[in-house]
Amino acid sequence: MDVFQVFIELAQSTVRLSTPLILAALAGLFTERAGIFDIGLEGKMLGAAFAAGCVAYISQSVYMGLLAAVLVSVLLSLVHGYASITQRGSQIVSGVAINFVVAGSTVILGEAWFRQGGRTPALSADGRFGTVTLPFADAVRDVPILGPLYSGLLSGHSPLTYLAFLMVPVSWWILYRTRFGLRLRAVGENPGAVDTAGISVIWLRYRGVICCGILCGIAGAYLSLAAGAGFTKGMTAGKGYIALAALIFAKWRPKNILFACLLFGFLDAFAIRYQGYAFPLIGKVPVQLMQALPYILTVILLAGFIGKAIPPKAGGVPYVKER
Amino acid sequence: MSVPYAKLPGWAEYGLIPLVNLAVAFLISGLVVLIVGESPLEAAYHMVNGAFGRGEYIGFTLYYTTTFIFTGLAVAVAFHCGLFNIGGEGQAYIGGIGVVLACLAFDRTLPWYLVFPIAIVGAAFFGALWAMIPGWLQAKRGSHIVITTIMFNFIAASLMNYLLNRVFKPMGSMSLETRTFDTGGQLPKLDWLMSIFGLSVGSAPFNISFVLALLAAFGVWVLIWRTRLGYEMRTMGHSPAAARYAGIKEAKIIVIAMMISGGLAGMMALNPIMGEQFRMQLDFVQGAGFVGIAVALMGRSHPAGIIPAALLFGMLYQGGAEISFEMPSISRDMIVIIQGLVILFAGALEHMFRPAITRVILGLSPKTRDAAVTKGA
Repeated sequence: MDVFQVFIELAQSTVRLSTPLILAALAGLFTERAGIFDIGLEGKMLGAAFAAGCVAYISQSVYMGLLAAVLVSVLLSLVHGYASITQRGSQIVSGVAINFVVAGSTVILGEAWFRQGGRTPALSADGRFGTVTLPFADAVRDVPILGPLYSGLLSGHSPLTYLAFLMVPVSWWILYRTRFGLRLRAVGENPGAVDTAGISVIWLRYRGVICCGILCGIAGAYLSLAAGAGFTKGMTAGKGYIALAALIFAKWRPKNILFACLLFGFLDAFAIRYQGYAFPLIGKVPVQLMQALPYILTVILLAGFIGKAIPPKAGGVPYVKER
Repeated sequence: MSVPYAKLPGWAEYGLIPLVNLAVAFLISGLVVLIVGESPLEAAYHMVNGAFGRGEYIGFTLYYTTTFIFTGLAVAVAFHCGLFNIGGEGQAYIGGIGVVLACLAFDRTLPWYLVFPIAIVGAAFFGALWAMIPGWLQAKRGSHIVITTIMFNFIAASLMNYLLNRVFKPMGSMSLETRTFDTGGQLPKLDWLMSIFGLSVGSAPFNISFVLALLAAFGVWVLIWRTRLGYEMRTMGHSPAAARYAGIKEAKIIVIAMMISGGLAGMMALNPIMGEQFRMQLDFVQGAGFVGIAVALMGRSHPAGIIPAALLFGMLYQGGAEISFEMPSISRDMIVIIQGLVILFAGALEHMFRPAITRVILGLSPKTRDAAVTKGA
């Protein structure tokens, strides 16, 4: 097949597969930069995907589905926040707990409400996000090189995909160019200093957690309303953890998150496309190796063999006012 | 680090508070059952009956208990050293390699009582190896153990998938599993133990590895509270700065603690592989590594607490399977919810009810109140 055509198709599926990763990793960015570690991204995404699937089916409205997803995800975030900010419990333990509670309850509730083996009923076109065709996409399709790039790669994605890519600069702007962002970053590095300045550490961290909930909710909604047509059991399939890996791989920086997620998305797309394909020189690459590659890369990075990933200094430590 | 709470008498600290946390977790699980439209009391009845109603049920309950003792101990040992080992799942999975190698090599030539020790060493070795890498990375390169162990769970899953596909699967077989072991690779059941109590174990795979689990629990107690290594681990867990000041070799202790933890997790593989299936199947761990987190948190990382906590989860697993026969709308995923809630209330929210309980208890007895004032303030 035409190499250029292959490239366009690979790039297109890379974009599709990295969308939920970008949203979830940005979600993690907001809490982790505020000093709250969050390994519950997976659970929140799953809960959001489930809520979106249920509500979009019942109301036949994709926006109600999106809203429900964000609500559920924010609610779960607040549970995490309550446990780790107010109760000063272990953030890791709380994240693990949320992942389990959601993994179990989405199946139980889905089965009880819809009786379809843990999935929600398939959504009609009204209950899903369609694709956006950018202006002139059809007209320029036949222009060499630029035509396919524009109409094949840039056009024809779900609105949430555009939102995800837009959120990268927006998150950067919020974190690095607003007062809220400065304080949020400060609270993740040195909450004592923020407290001394008379700013509430607790409220700031809660806001970070809520931002995380909103973005995670959108990521979940993308899975069940845009990538799929309804919720299926365990549909996040580790994407929350890949997003977490991407966040670390990106050294907690918005721009790097974009590239890390695109890389992991590309690995996924590549693995799907070239399953069992014999490459020149290396021969067949086991599909399992491709699946494990994001995790292996993250471990190598964490070990400091490719630069050094330094987490927010106060991450994982509950803030206790001096007594 | 100052503890912001007054000291409570032992029975409240180790008995009442865990029980209250557990009760809340079960109450909320009951709410989920209500939402689904079933009766929580009936569900509880089916659960207890399904776990203890017959000799065979008890056998299954104890079979699951065995698994959870191993994974619970694994998490607890790391906890004592201040490390959170989420990788029990992957370490148990990789531990399976050791069991399978021992069984495939010797099951036709040696009796089980010679294969078993080899398999124990193999399981512990591979589990320890899989935990050693994150431990080493934490100790020497400062990479966060929680993240690396999560990553290693996924890497283990991919690796085992590959090995089962390309190495362990017999030629021409379609299903992802090893061949079935001969008698040398099959552990004897503990039916004699059950028959002492007049119970029949039936088809339940309650086997000799239960004894090994109890021995491991005793071993962990000795290690943590009766040896120099255990003391150094606890010191590290309490205060890394104090440990450094005392001349304890931080990196060495972290790696050793992780290897012991991984070895215990790896030994879990003996139970399903040699005790039940007599072969290794894809994903035989089935989340037991994660249950270990809940078990360790509930058991307060003490073997004396871990064994009852493992029994509780064994009951949930076995009873939960029975519930799903009786009440179709409650599948075994209910256990995952309960597990999550136990982790939440016994782990992350463990102090939620403490102020109230402290107030009640200290209000009741003036003697403890005076003691608390002098100690807590």
